[in-house]
Amino acid sequence: MPPSTLFEKVWQAHEVVPETADTPAVLYIDLHLVHEVTSPQAFSALRALKLPVRRTDRTLATMDHSTPTSSDQVFGRVPIKVDAAARQVRQLEQNAAEFGVELFGLQDARRGIVHVISPELGASRPGMTIVCGDSHTSTHGAFGALAFGIGSTEVGHVLATQCLLQRKPKTFAVNVEGRLLPGVTAKDLILAIIGAIGVSGGTGHVFEYRGSAVRALSMEERMTMCNMSIEAGARAGMIAPDEITFDYLRGRPRAPAGRDWELALERWTSLKSDAGAAFDRGVDIDAGAIEPMITYGTHPGMVLPISATIPDCAGDAVLDKALAYMGFHGGDAMLGKPVNTVFIGSCTNGRLSDLQDAAKMLKGRKVAAGVHLLIVPGSQQVKRDAEAAGLADIFKTAGADWRESGCSMCLGMNGDTVAAGQYSLSTSNRNFEGRQGAGARTLLASPLTAAASAVRGRITDPREFL
Amino acid sequence: MQPLKMVRSRTMVLPFTNVDTDQIIPARFLTTTTKEGLGRQLFSDWRYRADGSANTDFVLNRPEAQGCEVLVAGRNFGCGSSREHAPWALLDYGIRAVISTEIADIFRGNALKNGLLPVTVDESISAWLLAHPGASVTIDLETARLTLPTGVSVAFQIEAFARHCLLHGIDELGYLRGRLPEIERYESLHAGF
Repeated sequence: MPPSTLFEKVWQAHEVVPETADTPAVLYIDLHLVHEVTSPQAFSALRALKLPVRRTDRTLATMDHSTPTSSDQVFGRVPIKVDAAARQVRQLEQNAAEFGVELFGLQDARRGIVHVISPELGASRPGMTIVCGDSHTSTHGAFGALAFGIGSTEVGHVLATQCLLQRKPKTFAVNVEGRLLPGVTAKDLILAIIGAIGVSGGTGHVFEYRGSAVRALSMEERMTMCNMSIEAGARAGMIAPDEITFDYLRGRPRAPAGRDWELALERWTSLKSDAGAAFDRGVDIDAGAIEPMITYGTHPGMVLPISATIPDCAGDAVLDKALAYMGFHGGDAMLGKPVNTVFIGSCTNGRLSDLQDAAKMLKGRKVAAGVHLLIVPGSQQVKRDAEAAGLADIFKTAGADWRESGCSMCLGMNGDTVAAGQYSLSTSNRNFEGRQGAGARTLLASPLTAAASAVRGRITDPREFL
Repeated sequence: MQPLKMVRSRTMVLPFTNVDTDQIIPARFLTTTTKEGLGRQLFSDWRYRADGSANTDFVLNRPEAQGCEVLVAGRNFGCGSSREHAPWALLDYGIRAVISTEIADIFRGNALKNGLLPVTVDESISAWLLAHPGASVTIDLETARLTLPTGVSVAFQIEAFARHCLLHGIDELGYLRGRLPEIERYESLHAGF
């Protein structure tokens, strides 16, 4: 056997029918995550064909995108404000009941952002294929799974057959050596990588994040990195499982136990790229050279070290359009720019360690006058953990708005939006025009940078607070 | 699905790079539970002003763009979210093919499953198309060639199976269900995970 990559091992283990020149591979899917926004049309397709869900035991549904984050709306004390969102929630409840799919509904203690709850349950595991009608499914690659986003037609294919038709993507090694400096997080690292590769640099490829800097990251940090693989155009990002992965999974509700755990460990330890395995492409990144990063434009590749100034390239049509939308100018410093809203949460940075980072900055401090700091836990479990650890009290004392879990202000379809023209410093994954509300101006950064900036009311280097 | 062999149309040009699916159809319109009617919201934030009136500077609102079925855009069209609402909105509006130097992976797959042709061309063809809005082009799926009004004709890459399904109106789910014996065999051998 020639040396092969982690990706190739997982791919090969799931080929039901290999690809040919005329036909794509039939790829088996181990876990299908379903949410309320991209599934209604898929369930309708099954209903029209009178087909059942083939493997309800490999299907898990929750609601996160269009759900409100106010406790009153979540717990039914007042109606859900957005009518269409309420209909979507009811539709998923009906579909799950009709097709026998397990659903963590609106008031379920296990509910949360789909990419936060599956790892937290131990349902996302090394070597699996995992799909969801959401591009940030790449998150689960942190476990050494092949995990990627699909469209609603493909959601229907997986519901009906537990398989997908797929062409084999190419491989791309992202080698990160060295150590991240204090105040520099996994979010800064992935933003720097996207800046280096470009927003379409990974198109047609699956990333494997490798090197000493990656091996040193916690599981939550690895999830933050893999989450944003799609922002560099890659369908998926993977990290070889190791002791950190196994320690995270051990004892989780859906992780194997007893003899099954021992057998799983044997399989999982072989899941790494062999020495000498060839990648189609690669890039080398020096972790020690990375500063806290912040975006200045309208896609995640328009990103700078926080102490830098915006490139001055008048006449570059793409940059001019982005800067006009943002209300920025070439040559402007990022530090000191005012912010109106700060959002800490999302499938990128809504886990407990992200909230711990935010609390470090907020403890004993106050949110600046006129700034709205919205902190939304990634799941109800994260919410309970943050409350038990005293983080929620730190947030509330600082003047932050502490909510129920959900996608919230990452994508402005659930009532949490940023007004036109306002600056939002956000720990989410996309700074596209209008992403957080029509006309909203989004800046992406880490939870440390977001929380420090909320205190000052201006873009602030979190290292000033360390 | 209806067989699709050819698209012949004038082009409309959106000269921006990295047009993401949040621009094609903003998230606040994803609360729908059907595929229909999304064309009204296509490029909503560029197409309408804050007061709801038409932004007459935007290409979709210009008289010369009416009836165009081919959209020419800058590099990396369809990046971002996996929402299939993006091709649904384009098709509902009347767009049947998108031409760019690069088209994002998930959007490309979603487009092909709905009969919207993703056509990638090299820089020189793209530059010509971007500079000539309203050009009458022919996209022949049988030969996988794009022909410009100048007579220049170029081949484009399209995944063989998707092309076969589009040409013959074959539903990919039907094909997948035809592989159920292999799927069952796979499941019997791989009970793990």
